Amino acid sequence: MSDIKPILEVRNLRVEFPTRRGLLVALDDVSFSIAPGEVLGVVGESGAGKSMTGAAIIGLLEPPGRIAGGQILLEGRRIDNLPYQDLRRIRGREIGAIFQDPLTTLNPLYTVGAQLIETMVTHLPLNPAQARAKAIEWLELVGIPAAAQRIDSYPHEFSGGMRQRVVIALALCAEPKLIVADEPTTALDVSIQAQVIALLKRLAREKGTAMMLVTHDMGVIAETADRVAVMYAGRIVEIGAVRNVVKHAAHPYSSGLMGSIPPVSRRLDRMQQIDGAMPRLSAIPKGCPYNPRCPKVFDRCMVERPELMPAEGNLAACWLYADGAPAAEAKHHG
Amino acid sequence: MFAFIVSRVLQALPVMLTVALLSFAMFAYVGDPVAIMLGQDYTEAQRTQLISDLGLDQPFFVQFFKFVVNAAQGEFGLSYRLSRPVADLIAERAPATLELALCAAALALAIGVPMGVYTGLYRNSWLSRFFLTFSLIGVSLPTFLIGILLILTFSVWLGWLPSFGRGDTIRWGWWSTGLATWSGLKALILPAITLGLFQLTLIMRLVRAEMLEVLRTDYIKFARARGLTNRAVHFGHALKNTLVPVITITGLQLGAIIAFAIVTETVFQWPGMGLLFIQSVGAADIPVMSAYLLLIALMFVTINLIVDLLYYAVDPRLRIGGGKGGH
Repeated sequence: MSDIKPILEVRNLRVEFPTRRGLLVALDDVSFSIAPGEVLGVVGESGAGKSMTGAAIIGLLEPPGRIAGGQILLEGRRIDNLPYQDLRRIRGREIGAIFQDPLTTLNPLYTVGAQLIETMVTHLPLNPAQARAKAIEWLELVGIPAAAQRIDSYPHEFSGGMRQRVVIALALCAEPKLIVADEPTTALDVSIQAQVIALLKRLAREKGTAMMLVTHDMGVIAETADRVAVMYAGRIVEIGAVRNVVKHAAHPYSSGLMGSIPPVSRRLDRMQQIDGAMPRLSAIPKGCPYNPRCPKVFDRCMVERPELMPAEGNLAACWLYADGAPAAEAKHHG
Repeated sequence: MFAFIVSRVLQALPVMLTVALLSFAMFAYVGDPVAIMLGQDYTEAQRTQLISDLGLDQPFFVQFFKFVVNAAQGEFGLSYRLSRPVADLIAERAPATLELALCAAALALAIGVPMGVYTGLYRNSWLSRFFLTFSLIGVSLPTFLIGILLILTFSVWLGWLPSFGRGDTIRWGWWSTGLATWSGLKALILPAITLGLFQLTLIMRLVRAEMLEVLRTDYIKFARARGLTNRAVHFGHALKNTLVPVITITGLQLGAIIAFAIVTETVFQWPGMGLLFIQSVGAADIPVMSAYLLLIALMFVTINLIVDLLYYAVDPRLRIGGGKGGH
């Protein structure tokens, strides 16, 4: 993997929110990369920083949030410090974005065709007539029936699932190399979710598009992603191949997360859960941020913050995998 | 579309009839027209004669029916004060008021909308802060004071613009316009600013609030994520979504400008309907007052119809029966 040049490389990304009560660090020391055609899943609880990471990459952090450190590289070129106008040309053209709620991401006053044509004409050397023909192709590609007629329909004339297909067409229509999909199926009916995920996966494979798939749904990750990054309190706590993380989660938080997926094969009286709640950004504990909830906590966790280190074939930010950890019982969890 | 207009017109009928009833009731309950018309010296025979001439001895509903039929034909009888047909008086005065009101509204829109967009987009720039402070003055200063201050500055001190009247007018059929002559245009400037200033600040604040609201929506974020130019995002996507409330308020305000131009017309001695109305109130000239009431009601109903049609043009979700498929 390391000899292929990554599409996206994020190095030590730090995002801060200056507030009246002081500085909040929303993302701290986040590093990962995505190879061409690869799907990286990003999971975590609400507020762990998953969506924030996506917003930072496409350069659309909500003010007053700002990138305070680190680098974001697209095909080796730094994009985190580009002026707004240059970044605009990258958005849509090189990085496509898909948002959570298809009911609110389409402008209600324009036909889906107008929105597709507008996006393509902005980025590609097409005249409006050519763009219209391409728009119909795209609508067909994402599975809108009777695309040639539906192109002149308004968003409110489509169902939620169909609208998300339109959003996918909009994100892909300028053929970007990377898609940042922020909870693309969360707002959809369960029966539609699988279809939309299958569509995204198929299109990404056909077009060779890499994807960062942000979700809190481990099922979606397991089905779609090649690798997965688990986030907690603004940091990546574990990253590795999906199969391995699901089977041998190294970090106690990821293993808790995997344990809370209800098995289909047997009945449970009680769902597994992780006690407590994620700390607020203003009150992240010293040492490992997971220490108040961790069942395997020991002295070192309370004072020193762990970095990512090799663990069970993945990388995990956990002192259990450092030299001198209370080893014997540590490695037999999960 | 046609059915929509027809249904709106039918809905307007009860409104107009209710206003007609109110303005008719003024004849019956505000003052005694017979006493007013006869003056001091009269015989009982003259009085009975006048009552039967005016049809006042007939039952209430017959009188009301006649009133409505006449009003529908533009017949409002004679002014008590000027002894001339009310319809003629209004036809003489209406162009002045309408020109003034439309110019004030156009001014308010042409300046208020861009200012609102600017202050919405660049919330923290010093120019935005200046506009907001300025708009507070516009909202809080009473109209007559603004008018007087303008007269003081531009007519008395600088002597650039006339302080009263309409200037020279040109007649096009029954319509007299001041827009075609230099002195007419000069005379229009100060009253139009006076009348439009409040509307301007109102529209600016409304557009600003709506822009701030719309800029937070997901579809604007998505439009940015698609890499559209700022121009397309701000004016194509954001501004268009602020239009529905702006159209509503502008419509209502245009009605209000026409109906309540009275203060401005008084300050500038503008020969419009407002001035006619205020003089008629002073003289208890009921035919003029009731005709004015009906005319204003008609104006509001018409403006509302136009506003509804504009909604229809702006927002596809409001096009009844326009959708196919759907959820």
